[in-house]
Amino acid sequence: MVSESDVAHIAILADIGIGDDELAEFTGQFNAILEYFDLLDQVEESGRPGAVTTNIFRDDEIAPSLPLDDVLENAGESEAGYIRAPKVM
Amino acid sequence: MTEHTDVIIGLEIHCQLNTKTKLFCGCSTDYKTDGPNTHVCPVCLGLPGSLPMINRKAVEYGLRVAKALNLEVPEESEFARKNYFYPDLPKGYQVTMYDRPLAVWGYLEIEGDDGEKKVRITRIHLEEDPGRLVHKAGAGRVAYTLVDYNRSGIPLIEIVTEPDLRSPKEARRFLNKLRATLEYLGVYDGEREGGLRVDANISIRGSERVEVKNISSYKGVEKALTFEITRQKNLIRRGLRVDRETRHFQEGRGITTSARSKETETDYRYFPEPDLRPLRVKDWVEAIALPELPDARRDRFMATYGISLNHARTLTGDLRLAEFYEALAAKVEPNLAATWTADTLLGELNYRDMPVAKVPLDHFADLVGLVGRDEVTDRVAVDVLRALLDAVVTDETPVKPSDYVKQHNLGKGTADAFAAVIDEVIAENSQAVADYREGRGAALNFLVGQVMKKTRGKADPKEITPLIAARITPEEGA
Amino acid sequence: MGSVTFDAEDRWNAFITICREAGHGDGPMAGVAVAVKDNISTAGIQTTCGSRILKDYIPPYDAHVVELLKAAGAAVVGKTNMDEFGMGTTTESSAFGPTTNPVDTARVPGGSSGGSAAAVAAGMVPMALGTDTGGSIRCPAAFCGIVGLKPTYGRVSRYGLVAYANSLEGVGPMAGNVTDVARLFSVIAGHDARDATSIDRPFAHTPSSNRIKGLRIGVPAEFFGKGVDPAVAEQVRRAIGDLADLGAEIVDCSMPSMAFALAAYYVTCTCEASSNLARFDGVRYGPDIASKRSWHEAYQEHRREHFGKEVRRRIMLGTFALSAGYYGKYYAKAQAARKNVGEDFARLFADVDVIAGPTMPTTAFALGEKTADPLSMYLADILTVPANLAGVPAISVPCGTVDGLPVGLQLIGRHCEEERIIDTAYAYEEVRR
Repeated sequence: MVSESDVAHIAILADIGIGDDELAEFTGQFNAILEYFDLLDQVEESGRPGAVTTNIFRDDEIAPSLPLDDVLENAGESEAGYIRAPKVM
Repeated sequence: MTEHTDVIIGLEIHCQLNTKTKLFCGCSTDYKTDGPNTHVCPVCLGLPGSLPMINRKAVEYGLRVAKALNLEVPEESEFARKNYFYPDLPKGYQVTMYDRPLAVWGYLEIEGDDGEKKVRITRIHLEEDPGRLVHKAGAGRVAYTLVDYNRSGIPLIEIVTEPDLRSPKEARRFLNKLRATLEYLGVYDGEREGGLRVDANISIRGSERVEVKNISSYKGVEKALTFEITRQKNLIRRGLRVDRETRHFQEGRGITTSARSKETETDYRYFPEPDLRPLRVKDWVEAIALPELPDARRDRFMATYGISLNHARTLTGDLRLAEFYEALAAKVEPNLAATWTADTLLGELNYRDMPVAKVPLDHFADLVGLVGRDEVTDRVAVDVLRALLDAVVTDETPVKPSDYVKQHNLGKGTADAFAAVIDEVIAENSQAVADYREGRGAALNFLVGQVMKKTRGKADPKEITPLIAARITPEEGA
Repeated sequence: MGSVTFDAEDRWNAFITICREAGHGDGPMAGVAVAVKDNISTAGIQTTCGSRILKDYIPPYDAHVVELLKAAGAAVVGKTNMDEFGMGTTTESSAFGPTTNPVDTARVPGGSSGGSAAAVAAGMVPMALGTDTGGSIRCPAAFCGIVGLKPTYGRVSRYGLVAYANSLEGVGPMAGNVTDVARLFSVIAGHDARDATSIDRPFAHTPSSNRIKGLRIGVPAEFFGKGVDPAVAEQVRRAIGDLADLGAEIVDCSMPSMAFALAAYYVTCTCEASSNLARFDGVRYGPDIASKRSWHEAYQEHRREHFGKEVRRRIMLGTFALSAGYYGKYYAKAQAARKNVGEDFARLFADVDVIAGPTMPTTAFALGEKTADPLSMYLADILTVPANLAGVPAISVPCGTVDGLPVGLQLIGRHCEEERIIDTAYAYEEVRR
């Protein structure tokens, strides 16, 4: 069982916003889904599926980079080739 | 004996590998002289739909380091995602290695405070570098940051030590030895700015552990740790508690400050990277032929060139310096070469913050040759060396020392040439002469100094000292 | 070389972006109009994943499958609607409005590749690319009455597919018949050096119906359990009976790992999604983030505003399941359950060649029917997720209707045996005609 404050805490951990108006609804849904996930408690075994392949590499050879215009085209504000982002405060 | 035997230090070193391309994509790693965001592609920019592909060379380099540091390589290792949100992290996670690293449990031998010691290496692994933030103040007081993703995806090797170091000096020596080893292995370019970053964990026995981040130079490590020891010991002395925390080293001020505290330790939610396959590379290790490493080179220098342990250690402590010395020793007498390189040249280079690669070998060999043939005094040789290096610093074409000495008439004169000067000095300094006759030996040195001054260093003190002494010592029975 | 004029009227909201003049080259698919699901990167064409957070994003590169389509001469005529980031079973969570089912426009087309299915079912295009993470090709194929193939994991490159759940998903072909599905599959299957999970198995098979005799078809009891509509079950049993008439041997069997399959699926996909969707920070693409606020505040606000509810729900579930203390309970257990599903299939496939059952437990829901209860929506995936967990191929082929709504027959095959399930589907299709 998770409480509303647990869900609010998860939203902070995930850096994802949920509105106060959504909190109750999310918490109810969360609990229903997590209860369903509890089925997995009955799985006794451990381990994971084996990898079909291993050691997949590429050679240390230079490939062309994107032209600066392509990089900046989808970006927001840019300045002398740098891309603007909010500062961590 | 170490002063601080209750000090416990462990290091975490991140080092940029000098592969041609990034860890997970083919962008060139040679971005230092290019503009921002010109060495990026869908993969390292974190565009939707992009996928990583491991650079085989980076894995080889990692294994080279593992072998050189005596680590064990497990049968299987794998990359994992470290999830956190930061403007320099384009995917919102860093691809690194978590509970199945590339190699574990090795050691590096260093000169400890109490003799040779083995510093244990807990693990090494590969991971990608994030981008780089440049802070800017916008119009008015609004601030934002600027991001350059050129560095995003650069291959890093992370090396973690056990808390086996006992002093800031030991930490510095460890780092120097590690750096030299990585250079000798050919996996790291010492010239690269920002290529090596250190986090240190330090505690005073019985107190909490403090993590110091953001140290980016070897001198910085010693400074940061020295500051921390003092800070922590002061707290303990005053009966206060040392908080378990993360602190940042501020290089300019030589202090550590508390990092913005987070209420809880960050939860990185590690899980295996689903876009990559596991590594099974244990069998690569046998085939790796290690080059000659610093200790082996040191021993070879002693055996081949007959130089002292101290000289050998100094000269092999840096790959380029070692190569410079060997080239020099092929041209001039090795012991002389060792003395002049280790004892004199190195100091002059440090003073000018100049790399040994910039020293014109033939010019330096010429100079050492002059000394070897007793054509100039040591004093003059040092002056000529300084002139030579200063010319290199200002990008002028340096004059060949032999020519320089001729031009400026700096050649060592014969003793006779100085007879007049000696007479002059004796005549002008009767008090010193009297002092000497009364048994004060230092007065002789003073007189020698005066002669050196008048001859602008051309007189060789070894030769004129006995001459002066002979002139002013009273004769038996006089 | 040429250009296709694509001016079909999109009454079902199947497309997010339409390319009215679509150029094309020469090749085996020269001039064939193909629709591409909007989570597959197309250079120069908006790629939104059905989300506001990628509105106006124009990729500077083509996904590998798109490069292959173009090399084969196909004309990419548009990007199809989908559940936001592939998270859904009905295409109702798209930020661009739901797609309606051409068979009955009051009903959902299925999801998440609802737009691709509707475009084919409505006759707008003969073929489309979809993606399948937990049934997202097969479900809409079943609901709309067309054919959809989820290939073996890794047989088609994921380079350029915007990731939702990397270890489960893949691109696959959808068309009105098995022959066209095979044709499209032959273009996109094969190794890609840019995708480390890619395997080297091209596809060059023409469907044939003469491999049915003696084919052993397993029918697990769990595929006909409670929760499966009896009328749907009846239709599918009839279809399996038709295959028996053609000479196949029907074998009753059981798959106990099914009990945990859905939970394993949703834990895995939400965990991976919580990580995959962290990159949408509005800095390099998408609507601009408020660069003058503090980072965490701005990032949170950006995601709240531009991700829909289902996406935010799954990100939070995944974050929770991976968080300190819960990894062992959820993610680790899910991988163990997954291993069990793989082993169950291996055990069955040692005895049978193909596994058959209904694709979906019901026919298409009414629009709005399931949106209030996420868990009931998730439960609809129960029959499709096992193939994703094990990475094996599965195809859905229409097998009649119930109350006028299409029913899908699902055929699951061994790793890299698309040829066999395609042949089986083809044989059935011939009978149905």
